[in-house]
Amino acid sequence: MTLIDLANPTRFLALTARILPWLAAATVLLLAIGLYQAALAPDDYQQGATVKIMFIHVPNAWLSMFVWGVMSIASLGTLVWRHPLADVAAKAAAPIGAAFTFLALLTGSLWGRPMWGTYWEWDARLTSVLILFLMYLGLMALWRAVDDPSRAARAAAVLTLVGALNLPIIKFSVDWWNTLHQPASVMRMGGSALDKSFLIPLLVMAVAFTLLFVTLHLAAMRNEILRRRVRSLQMMQASRVAFSNEIGGARGQNASNEVGAA
Amino acid sequence: MIMSLGPYASFIVTSYAAAALVVALLIGWIALDYRNQTQRLRELEQRGITRRSGRSATEL
Repeated sequence: MTLIDLANPTRFLALTARILPWLAAATVLLLAIGLYQAALAPDDYQQGATVKIMFIHVPNAWLSMFVWGVMSIASLGTLVWRHPLADVAAKAAAPIGAAFTFLALLTGSLWGRPMWGTYWEWDARLTSVLILFLMYLGLMALWRAVDDPSRAARAAAVLTLVGALNLPIIKFSVDWWNTLHQPASVMRMGGSALDKSFLIPLLVMAVAFTLLFVTLHLAAMRNEILRRRVRSLQMMQASRVAFSNEIGGARGQNASNEVGAA
Repeated sequence: MIMSLGPYASFIVTSYAAAALVVALLIGWIALDYRNQTQRLRELEQRGITRRSGRSATEL
């Protein structure tokens, strides 16, 4: 099956029906393995057991940016290739990305309080992620504000691509500015600075959360396709009612004219 | 074996509980939305409003 085949929503729905149960099972399995490994991971020599927050905070932080990246590619699909499922993908991803970003902010705050002595600091990393969260909310509001999905899609796609400028700012904020947030310790030049006992559970959790996103995203896309079918059937129903009223009105008018003539 | 989470156990437990709650809400919302959409489609079809192709709107 090619990408062109998936442009057909009915084929896409058939595909999601087949693969969603497998994806959900793989997600549950990997989450269970990741959580087990996270529970067994040793305490950090400086942070103690609070290092366990990393296994939930870092995957959410990565996904907050990854989901916006997915939405940006989908936006290109809307604006450049006009792929019929591109705006469906972008719209369905926004609430999921917002949830991951919220969790990244919340767990980061809960990690920061015992380690930094504060829940929040207006440093470049924290502020740029907060801006990302607000952009997710703005995008969701935009989708709800415009009734016609194709008109909303184009405006949302432009906003998403402009918002993508924030992604390198988030990634490199810890290098460009002096921040309370630590610099990158996994994806950095010279390899990961994390010990294997932390790195392996972290990577398993990251893959598990990515699978969770893929599963939820496909399910949300399926819902969005069904919502658009509801909308088009409702419009069809409304146009039938309007047409029958028009016919009925014209017949009534003719009848009254005939009575008047008689 | 009971895991020892040290003096900051409440921060660790709250983080994991919040993540579990938000993920559960997401799953619940998506499942509920699916049920609502398929129900609305069935209602429309029962009123005789069908797709131009003639196929069921809930057909996968």
